[in-house]
Amino acid sequence: MFDILGIASRNLLRYRRRTLLTLLLIVIGMVAVLLFIAVAGSFKSMMIGQITDSVLGHVQVHRKGYVASIDSLPLNLNMRPNMLAKLEDELDGNPAIAAWSPRIKFGGMYSNFAETTSIRINGIDPAREAATVPLLPGRLAEGDKHAALVERGQIVIPQLLARGMKSKLGDTVVVVATNKDGSVNGKTFVVRGILEPISGPGGRDGYIHIEDARELLRMSEEQVSEIVIRLKDFSKIEKSGAQIKGAVEGLTNKEGKPMLEFHDWTQLSPFANIAKMIDLMTLFIKIVLVSIVLVSVMNVMIMAVFERIREIGTIAAIGTPPSRILSLFLAEGLMLGIVGTLAGIALSLAGIFAINVWQPTFDFGMQKGLVMAPVIAAGDVLTIAALVLVVAVIASLQPAWKASRMDPIGALRHV
Amino acid sequence: MSLVSAQHLTKTYRAGDIDVPAIKGIDFAIEPASFVAFVGPSGSGKSTLLNMIGCLDHPTSGTLKVLDTDIATLDRKAAARFRGEHIGFVFQDFNLIPVLTVFENIEYPLRMVQEWPAAKRREQVLRMLEAVGMADQADKRPDQISGGQKQRVAVARALVSNPKLVLADEPTANLDHDTAYRILELMKKMRDEFKTTFVFSTHDAKIMGEAESTFILEDGRLIQGGSHV
Repeated sequence: MFDILGIASRNLLRYRRRTLLTLLLIVIGMVAVLLFIAVAGSFKSMMIGQITDSVLGHVQVHRKGYVASIDSLPLNLNMRPNMLAKLEDELDGNPAIAAWSPRIKFGGMYSNFAETTSIRINGIDPAREAATVPLLPGRLAEGDKHAALVERGQIVIPQLLARGMKSKLGDTVVVVATNKDGSVNGKTFVVRGILEPISGPGGRDGYIHIEDARELLRMSEEQVSEIVIRLKDFSKIEKSGAQIKGAVEGLTNKEGKPMLEFHDWTQLSPFANIAKMIDLMTLFIKIVLVSIVLVSVMNVMIMAVFERIREIGTIAAIGTPPSRILSLFLAEGLMLGIVGTLAGIALSLAGIFAINVWQPTFDFGMQKGLVMAPVIAAGDVLTIAALVLVVAVIASLQPAWKASRMDPIGALRHV
Repeated sequence: MSLVSAQHLTKTYRAGDIDVPAIKGIDFAIEPASFVAFVGPSGSGKSTLLNMIGCLDHPTSGTLKVLDTDIATLDRKAAARFRGEHIGFVFQDFNLIPVLTVFENIEYPLRMVQEWPAAKRREQVLRMLEAVGMADQADKRPDQISGGQKQRVAVARALVSNPKLVLADEPTANLDHDTAYRILELMKKMRDEFKTTFVFSTHDAKIMGEAESTFILEDGRLIQGGSHV
């Protein structure tokens, strides 16, 4: 094997310029793909992290039919205590769940005593909410990020509403809401924090304590609009999610129909489509890489066979088995792949390091100055490297096969 | 027993719709350790005959046995194996592999065809380098040595795996007169030393005089053969 690789290396060095140009194409292709995967992947991970860790959580559970009419925040589709009790047992006993938080979601009117506007509010248990969406306190543009998000009698309002209503920290405001029976109630709150907005559902909601929400809505029992769940390992969301979904949808009513429904973050946020687009673009760029490697290696190998017909005739005449002739030319393609891959990986890692040192910033929706910090998983590097090597060998296959099947007499006569 | 024997051997090529006979029913035998020339003008069938003896081509009809093997029975792989084990080749244009040194060119059949162990391989290559007088050129590439030296290397490569038979198609055609004689002398010396049968083709009347046995071909027929001329 080393004999064959050694001869292959020397044959490649025979046409240095052509070999270098082919290597350059492979390297450019690899760098483009790896840098794109690193940058786009990091952007995707960061945005998913922002959305799941500060608003949505990893997965959510609602009463059946709630999500279909979530825009109107229907209070008549809240989970009832009997459902909650069963669900709590399931969630507490599930080892894949790191934390979960109940929310009461409702729409109301926000008044600063001079002006009134609408607001969407989440009634939360601050400790559970912080454990489930740990980046939520970090979104506080004003207010103590290290204290509990809300205490009884406090409200956290979105930044746009604060600006529009000229509300400041410490202001007393009134929230008026209609409960599911049509009864209107109001309650005063002190503005405890102002939240930066974030793209996606719930990104411009206000927060109050869950007990205040129940009081405002005059709930006679402990109802909940949604349960937000944080998994211990987000990378296992498909497996853990399926298991939780099975457990949740296994909770049935008297008629034997599921009472609850399960959704992961991709079913709740439009950013999932952007993430899919990024994956699609990554696939497209991989296809471009495959094409570059395929065409460039095949071109160089076809030329190599054409220019060495007499040499092939000679080695065939002196008894070199066809399989070994095949190996000799496949090895040349493989060597191109190996050298191109190693150089491509080295340059890509250097590029990723340089971007991390440079720390360029970008904006996403309402979020400004996000720092681009590309990272690439060893698995992605290995996958691309394997892809290039396999394609390089495949591209060499036809010329190598042709060389191995060559008639020695015809080849020796070739001028 | 003859090393090579042919009976009613014919070879016909197909050119479009026309059959072109290259060898027209010849019989001959070549004895072991002989030094034989096939002589004739261009198109007489010398190369075709050497190609068949070298298992590079199959007869159209008749029988050709090399080392008691009917070469018509060998498929592509078996023919390659047979050549690697029993036959050495010397080419008119030397056909050394340009990316390999002199040492590596001679070593090639042992390394890539027969897979000898490294120590045994080195010993044999050094022996061949000494035998052809190229020991001091071992590390040079083919483009760094003369035509005569290239043909010496080619002879060493043909002999390195101890074949029973070496076929040389016009081995002196690209060499000057003195060098051509020296190569033939070398081939004879090798024949004496290794008891290898040398069969070569030539159209040069002076060169054919160096052969101990000469077969004269004309238009695909053997018009004289087997005796000293």
